[in-house]
Amino acid sequence: MFNSLRYCLRQCFVSLRRNFWLVVVTACIIAVSLAILGGFLLIAVNVNQIIANVESGVEIAAFLLDGADVADIGDRIIRLEGVEEVRFVSKDEGLVEFGKSLGDEELLAGLEGDANPLPDVFRIKAVSADIVPQLAEEIGAIEGVEFADYGEELVSRLLNLTGWLNTLFMGISVLLALGAVFLIVTTIRLSVIARQEEISIMKYLGASDAFIRFPFLLEGMIMGWLGTLASTMALGAVYNKIAAFLQQDALIFFLRPVTSPEKLVPIFIGLILLGTLMGGIGSTISIRRFLRV
Amino acid sequence: MIIFNNVTKIYPGSKIPAIRDLTTEITRGEFVFLVGPSGAGKSTFIKLLFREQLPTKGTIYFEGKNIARLTKGQLLRHRRQIGMVFQDFRLLKQKTVYENVAFALEVLGRSPRVIRQKVPDALAKVGLLGKEKSFPSELSGGEQQRVGVARALVKDPLIVLADEPTGNLDRENSRQLMDLFETINKEGTTVIIATHAWDLVDRMQKRVIALDKGRLVRDEKRGSYDV
Ligand SMILES: Nc1ncnc2c1ncn2[C@@H]1O[C@H](COP(=O)(O)OP(=O)(O)OP(=O)(O)O)[C@@H](O)[C@H]1O
Ligand SMILES: [Mg+2]
Repeated sequence: MFNSLRYCLRQCFVSLRRNFWLVVVTACIIAVSLAILGGFLLIAVNVNQIIANVESGVEIAAFLLDGADVADIGDRIIRLEGVEEVRFVSKDEGLVEFGKSLGDEELLAGLEGDANPLPDVFRIKAVSADIVPQLAEEIGAIEGVEFADYGEELVSRLLNLTGWLNTLFMGISVLLALGAVFLIVTTIRLSVIARQEEISIMKYLGASDAFIRFPFLLEGMIMGWLGTLASTMALGAVYNKIAAFLQQDALIFFLRPVTSPEKLVPIFIGLILLGTLMGGIGSTISIRRFLRV
Repeated sequence: MIIFNNVTKIYPGSKIPAIRDLTTEITRGEFVFLVGPSGAGKSTFIKLLFREQLPTKGTIYFEGKNIARLTKGQLLRHRRQIGMVFQDFRLLKQKTVYENVAFALEVLGRSPRVIRQKVPDALAKVGLLGKEKSFPSELSGGEQQRVGVARALVKDPLIVLADEPTGNLDRENSRQLMDLFETINKEGTTVIIATHAWDLVDRMQKRVIALDKGRLVRDEKRGSYDV
């Protein structure tokens, strides 16, 4: 067993050396396809975190009906469970804020006082993100509140966007992965052809099928593995740079990149396994189709 | 040790049998020549024994076992008891003499210790000590074929099968090779040789099985090439 393993390893490295450039190209394609896949996974993890951040920072806005009892409504909101902070924005203040956000306060001239179309608003912060929808519903049911809104629009847009990105990246990754597998099939096929004579002699010498096949399987897996190793290293370096950049610039809190190893390590390990698996699949296909034992 | 029982072999896509209703027995320690004109079925006989081909009809027993019925593991064991020698030597060009012979043991998963011990023995038997580091291209045809024989012998086979082993050798080398086979046979290994070398067959006075168009036409204890 041990002796056979040593033979297989030696044979495998001889083949890898013989097909050196093809191995390099194949490993590179695997690297690129997995780097894209890995990049997509990293983006997905980060987008998820951003969404969580946005959601937790979301305020509930309770729009009041004209002439509602502001003090009473404020009281009732404060007494609801899970409310952390309540801020009242009168229609006049609202108009000023709106004007500022437009960047041109003159635009709204003439809308002051009774002509103001904006409602009075309570802005409410919840103690945690997950109770926001429930809380918004309760607040919306209070008499005098026209409706309560918590930026579900923004959240659903983010989700939509990531859905699109997911599909796009998945499509590209799958195509590249198929290309990589195909290249592995070709490389292993060349190895098989180069060793055709030796294989036929081995059969006459009584070699087992596994003994003949194993070096080729190993060769494919090593190619896949090399490719992934390169891609994870490049990806890791790039991600580190970006993460460091985002962290040093005092950007808005929800753009903080994911840096916790519990989330990143599984991605990188997964990529390495996937690359090795791709190599294994490629060589298995090739062995099945081109190696007659 | 070997029994052919009404064996017929028809290759797929061909109508004429390569072996036709052949029945014979070969016992342990025998030295057998298979002779006959081209296309008589000599190579087919050897392929059937190695179970490279399966008989279309009839049964072949090897050491009491129907070799058509072997499991995968048994088939490997069957083939490992057989040392094959080829007309075209089939040595690996990029390996040295030593490595070619050692290869037969590596393939079987033998340890380096066993290999270091057995390979020189086998090379000594065929008279190639001192040529270990040569490559096949640096050897004469006769020497190359002796490497082939050493490779077949190194795993201590029960039986050596040779298909026209002298086909690419001159008269002198052929004679030496046959003497080598005789020595191997005297040490207890069964030897079966398919050949056209009538002069050698006549000289050796061994059992001769003659085939013609797949039929066994003659079987003599101390035979000659022709009737
Ligand atoms: N793989 C094959 N497929 C189809 N027919 C075959 C195959 N191998 C051999 N034959 C046919 O079977 C018959 C016997 O062939 P075989 O090779 O056994 O003869 P032989 O006695 O070894 O001849 P030679 O002396 O020329 O080597 C021939 O008619 C040959 O054409
Ligand atoms: Mg023949």
